[in-house]
Amino acid sequence: MSGSANQRIAIVGGGLAGLAAAVRIAESGMHADLFSLVPVKRSHSVCAQGGINACNDIARQQGYSEYEHFDETIYGGDYLGDQHPVLEMANWAPRIIDLLDRMGVPFNRTSEGFRDLRLFGGSLFKRTHFSGATTGQQLLYALDEQVRRYEAEGLVKKYEFWEFLWPVIDGEGENSRCVGIVAQDLRTMQIRSFRADAVVMATGGPGLVFGKSTNSVMCNGGAASRCYQAGAWYANPEMIQVHPTAIPGADKCRLMSESARGEGGRVWVPRKPGDSRKPSQIPETERWYFLEEKYPKYGNLVPRDIATREIFDVCVNQGMGVGGGNMVYLDLTHKDPEYLTTKLGGIMEIYEKFVGEDPRYTPMKIFPAVHYSMGGLWTTFTKGSYNPETPYGSHKSGTATPIDSEPGRGMAIGATNNAMTNIPGLYAFGEVNFAYHGATRLGANALLSCIFDGLFCGLGVVNYVKDEVTPEHRAENLHASIYDRVVKQEQDKVDRLVQSASQGGSDPQTNPYQIARELGDEMTAACTVVKTHDRLTKCIENLRQLRDRYNRVRLSDDAIWTNQSLSFTRATGDMIILAELIALASLERKESRGSHYRLDFPERDDANFLKTCTGEYDPATGSHRILWREVDTSLVKPRARTYGKVEAAPEKKTIATANA
Amino acid sequence: MTNLSEEKTTPMIAPNTPEPAKSRTVRFRIKRTDGPGKNSRWESFDVPVEPGANVISCLQYIAANPVTIEGKKTTPVVWDSGCLEEVCGACSMVINGRVRQSCSCLIDQYAPNDGDVITLEPMTKFPVIRDLWVDRERLFYHLRKIQAWVPIDGTYSRGPGPREDPEHQQMRYKLSTCMSCGCCLEACPQYTLEEHEEKWDEAFVGAAVLSQARYFNEHETGKRLKSLRLDVLSGPGGVNDCGNAQNCVKVCPKEIPLTESIAAIGRSTTLHSITKFFTGK
Ligand SMILES: Cc1cc2nc3c(=O)[nH]c(=O)nc-3n(C[C@H](O)[C@H](O)[C@H](O)COP(=O)(O)OP(=O)(O)OC[C@H]3O[C@@H](n4cnc5c(N)ncnc54)[C@H](O)[C@@H]3O)c2cc1C
Ligand code: SF4
Ligand code: SF4
Ligand code: FES
Repeated sequence: MSGSANQRIAIVGGGLAGLAAAVRIAESGMHADLFSLVPVKRSHSVCAQGGINACNDIARQQGYSEYEHFDETIYGGDYLGDQHPVLEMANWAPRIIDLLDRMGVPFNRTSEGFRDLRLFGGSLFKRTHFSGATTGQQLLYALDEQVRRYEAEGLVKKYEFWEFLWPVIDGEGENSRCVGIVAQDLRTMQIRSFRADAVVMATGGPGLVFGKSTNSVMCNGGAASRCYQAGAWYANPEMIQVHPTAIPGADKCRLMSESARGEGGRVWVPRKPGDSRKPSQIPETERWYFLEEKYPKYGNLVPRDIATREIFDVCVNQGMGVGGGNMVYLDLTHKDPEYLTTKLGGIMEIYEKFVGEDPRYTPMKIFPAVHYSMGGLWTTFTKGSYNPETPYGSHKSGTATPIDSEPGRGMAIGATNNAMTNIPGLYAFGEVNFAYHGATRLGANALLSCIFDGLFCGLGVVNYVKDEVTPEHRAENLHASIYDRVVKQEQDKVDRLVQSASQGGSDPQTNPYQIARELGDEMTAACTVVKTHDRLTKCIENLRQLRDRYNRVRLSDDAIWTNQSLSFTRATGDMIILAELIALASLERKESRGSHYRLDFPERDDANFLKTCTGEYDPATGSHRILWREVDTSLVKPRARTYGKVEAAPEKKTIATANA
Repeated sequence: MTNLSEEKTTPMIAPNTPEPAKSRTVRFRIKRTDGPGKNSRWESFDVPVEPGANVISCLQYIAANPVTIEGKKTTPVVWDSGCLEEVCGACSMVINGRVRQSCSCLIDQYAPNDGDVITLEPMTKFPVIRDLWVDRERLFYHLRKIQAWVPIDGTYSRGPGPREDPEHQQMRYKLSTCMSCGCCLEACPQYTLEEHEEKWDEAFVGAAVLSQARYFNEHETGKRLKSLRLDVLSGPGGVNDCGNAQNCVKVCPKEIPLTESIAAIGRSTTLHSITKFFTGK
């Protein structure tokens, strides 16, 4: 069986994941409708700074391999990532870089004209490709341009300034399938349905749930929350990455990329607490390079969760932060200013613009900030051809790898369930899914996973539409009532909100902006660096109150044209539901793993919690159910995650299967 | 793991500001329009300045507290933004008469005194959607028209792209940072408001698009479409419409060498026309 000319695929989100999917789908000759809150060229991916990882010829000659990239990613993620998909991603990475290179991405070059490389967290090899310190911008533009080409050819139709509101799902239980979406034009406020034989969610992360984060303003997780409420499972919600190095502002926290440390940046505090001297006046011997001291092997490039907790410890527990506050120095002043401009120009400018000091000459003052969600919509996959009888032990650089890097070892190429959610026909690509990064994402692996999803899993979507959607099930042949029902549901929601505006009052209790602000403060306080049973329990109670208040929310704008507060308010409700799930999962995971650190359960507990935490929503009662699913650990055995820490008791964690 | 104390879990992400800045307010005068074709009006708001405040955080304050200085309740102001760190290009607006990004407009630097006034208006070269939000689709239309892409042979593996001299890479990199913000178009005397899509083929493409044409013409594979691009740019709305006023380069937040790009495209189109004249191709 093969598809008909009227078959269409809806892609929601035009960041790297959505654009890569659009290119792959259009290339196969199939039509794609591409939805985005903003012109796709302005998607959040534009913010990515540091780079994108892939094994490369230089690293290979030093003993590195795709396999080691895979191994690092699994170890970095504290074994919570399903292993087959990660293997496939690492194997494809070099091909993805080559492709981006062919698309014209201005990757930094060596003097001979080869692609330059830099060091990044969680690796001892240079395996990060970059374009200044605005790599995401350059990659996004390259894919945007390719999509523009297919747009000109008529294969991609863009719906920019359209908001995804709800998936259209036909049938019940086992037989349910996603057959389209309902969306709203944010200018005219028109709500309508779009028929599609498959829907790809590529809507990015939920940073705004935490108020100020390093994310863009549209990263509210609303779209993911709506899919969750409509029956899609949401996995590992508690795995939120707090990035160690950001600068705070009134509206957001601006990231100072890990590449600053990759290019030699050193983190330190004065040895004397509260030392009031200028950093340049503090001699070398009176500086405490605590990361380098505790992690001689990885130094400043330990993974983010570890760096963040160490900074927390130094500032909060030991009171050693700069000027007694919660901040540490990130110092690049020992590097040649011109070198810094070429390699890190983008972030140098951001720091200069927003702090007013030149980091080439003055050490930056930085703090941790919420950055990335490893968790997301649950997705599945078909295993590839590598299925060893027993998982491999610890891999040593330079030794033979247990398997080569041919395509199809990790995941079956073109399998229709790759990156599919539990709802057939509904896929999740990029940051919005939970795959690949386990309990901590390594720097420069996100851009890779987004593009990998789009290209590799995009093929499976095309195959699904061609081979598994039978003619009578095609969206074009379905009854209009299936779509009209969802349009009505969303129209009713909007009407309710718009009507609330007439009820007047400027009560902060029911002000959506106030509710969103309190939500962010609460989530940042309870669900980030350090979590405890008591604080999480209180958080869940506070969220319940916020939900009550939200149910009485009052809009301050009843316009039927370009009503931004309507969109904001609607998303706030969805953010609260996602927040509840994050808090609940944080409470239920009674162990510490990667980015999830429980003060009352400080050890990793593989026997009980080497499992994917999966949330299921019950729309009837508005409650969440948590189920624990097996993690695919069939390729490498879990080992202690210490990053070579030296201290009296470097690692207290007991690991069930650590004798590898 | 390091011993982390419980009672201190809260202050982490929001760093403590030891001495809260002296509280002061800034007055915003904002030009408001309810929708296309509607009359505009001015409204003023007093906004308390938070540490690290920028125009966006003040607009966020107004959205949460939409009350004018006369005490009149109004609707939240509508505006466009994204990254909040000057890389997405969304938030361009006319601030005190000059077009710029609003996210990088820091209040402490821009309006340091109590009661300072900041005037916000939408860009004038694009149709207003509502308040400060304008429709820049014409820019993307013109990018399609000049075929602003590298014509690759599909996304399957074919080895690496062309090798590139680092100096050339740096030049292309600079051009590649254009975030389609439209500041250069707003400032250009030759670029005029054109609401109707049917007129866009004749209307001036502007500096950003000329510079993007150069960007793609400079790539080994991108070059293949060079003569098609130059055909477009030597016609109506192309490089000959530029009056060389150089306003564009002065307002580009990414400091893109726009006049160099315009000159380069000008030379290429001249050469292209001569070649065409003599070869008939
Ligand atoms: C400051 C910063 C720096 C980073 N640096 C790096 C780095 O150096 N290397 C790295 O690997 N990773 C980095 N990351 C992470 C990486 O940038 C992101 O994970 C990645 O870009 C996410 O891409 P995406 O395609 O999944 O989603 P996004 O780029 O977030 O795109 C989401 C898309 O969905 C659309 N959308 C969302 N909701 C809706 C809705 N309801 N309706 C319609 N459309 C919707 C949006 O408009 C947008 O087009 C960084 C992240 C940040 C915040
Ligand atoms: S140089 Fe040309 S493009 Fe630039 S402002 Fe002047 S007329 Fe406009
Ligand atoms: S050239 Fe500069 S001013 Fe013009 S759109 Fe690009 S970034 Fe903006
Ligand atoms: S919000 Fe992206 S440039 Fe200002």
